[in-house]
Amino acid sequence: MTRWWVAAAALVALACGLAACGGGSPAGRGAAAGSGPARGSEVILATTTSTQDSGLLDVLVPAFQAETGHRVKTIAVGSGQAIELGRRGEADVVLAHSPAAEQQLVASGVTGGRLLVMHNDFVVIGPANDPAGVAKTRGVVGAMRAIASGAAPFISRGDQSGTHTLELKLWQRAGITPGGRWYQESGQGMGATIQIAAEQRAYTIADRGTYLATRTQAGSGLKVVFEGDPALRNVYHVIPITRAAGQRVNQDGGLAFANWLAGKRAQGMIAEFGVATHGRPLFVPDAGKREADLAAAA
Amino acid sequence: MELLREAIGSAVRLLTHGDPYTLEVLLLSLRVSLSATACALVVGLPLGMAIAFGRFPGRRLLLALVNTGMGMPPVVVGLVVTILLWRSGPLGALGLLYTPTAMTLAQAVIALPLVVALSAAALGQVDEEFRLQLRGLGASRLRSLWEVAREARLPLLAAAMAGFGAAISEAGAALMVGGNLRGQTRVLTTAAVLETSKGNFDLALAFGVVLLGLTFVVSLALTLVQLHGRPTSR
Repeated sequence: MTRWWVAAAALVALACGLAACGGGSPAGRGAAAGSGPARGSEVILATTTSTQDSGLLDVLVPAFQAETGHRVKTIAVGSGQAIELGRRGEADVVLAHSPAAEQQLVASGVTGGRLLVMHNDFVVIGPANDPAGVAKTRGVVGAMRAIASGAAPFISRGDQSGTHTLELKLWQRAGITPGGRWYQESGQGMGATIQIAAEQRAYTIADRGTYLATRTQAGSGLKVVFEGDPALRNVYHVIPITRAAGQRVNQDGGLAFANWLAGKRAQGMIAEFGVATHGRPLFVPDAGKREADLAAAA
Repeated sequence: MELLREAIGSAVRLLTHGDPYTLEVLLLSLRVSLSATACALVVGLPLGMAIAFGRFPGRRLLLALVNTGMGMPPVVVGLVVTILLWRSGPLGALGLLYTPTAMTLAQAVIALPLVVALSAAALGQVDEEFRLQLRGLGASRLRSLWEVAREARLPLLAAAMAGFGAAISEAGAALMVGGNLRGQTRVLTTAAVLETSKGNFDLALAFGVVLLGLTFVVSLALTLVQLHGRPTSR
């Protein structure tokens, strides 16, 4: 007769018990630590989806944690959101690939230095038969013009990510205001955008890492139709945030991560990353170089 | 179609082989969503009772608000809870953002309107005669509420199930307040979102199948209790 109530009470009790053990877990305790002592504190890293989707952070973050005792919470969002989280002091360190927005963040005075970490490159990908003849063009601006003048379908991220920002800059340089039926915005991450481009036999711009990582399934049917222009370089910087952005910023932890990422061990790991699975590294370590040197080398 | 078949296959493989990553994600999903449902019940049942039996100013407005809340987009709940829990927000000192507790909170907010509205409807359906009879027999106010709730226990269980279903199946709020941290706040829905963004559609779909299976098992358990409690079976 009262069995139902017993069952319901048991369910509630079970759930409360489960919730209670949540509070006692390392994750729960770590959160309460806030901006405590530098060693063993919790560091919130706001970064782009490309560093997570490529699997690079799965290699770097555990090594950093093991070496320093800090715990990293990686929030993988678009570069636009990552930088905004830094500006508001909701993240302790930002790893992004959107140079203009990064410079604005640094100029706002809430950051420590901005350290060059690594680069890879963007590629223009499209249908294997290349209907717009992009492969025959010289320079990425020519490639963008070929797509627009042929009104070939093009999928834009449309999400203020680093990739989207670069794409808009390229259209601007080509003197084109993209729009019309051939130009579509996916509003999604790189992997999903590549998939949409593959389905619609459209062109898009992707970072090489995500393209290689998704080539087997999402990008099937698409190939690299244009690459190698210096304007397609994809440069990543790490930016530690200071307490100027907010009282609860873990300044020391963020700085520790930034310095570690630019350090010898992490740079070596970046150089190795991807060789085993893709036969070539996905990123080129750049710490200590100046951005001007990168341009000269390209 | 082939992808769907493969997904079901890999979901079964992930579960039967006891893949630790899948298991961890599954247990966290269950933990967060059951806790959220429990919280929503603790807060929602009294509110449902108040709406069903109470006569107070603003009752209709409250009902309208609750009904609106049933259609609340989880992403918006996620955004609001995130801003509240931000370091710079009013609850920032608690340091709850990107923890399972934050996800429980957001999911409880999503489940609450469902629990309130459905329990109010369930209690409202109990025959007026029955209540009058109870009072006539000299039952105290609390006692008669208890008896009415017992009478409506089957639809009340449905309210709990609806709340749980809404909590465990949402991705938007879990992604925002949880941050999708591996080993800490990654649940089945956010794992599926991540694998989709990586282009691993087979794995994403497999997580979807696991999620569906889990929801089925929980609903089956509750339905069995419900059937057992059916008055005619006694």
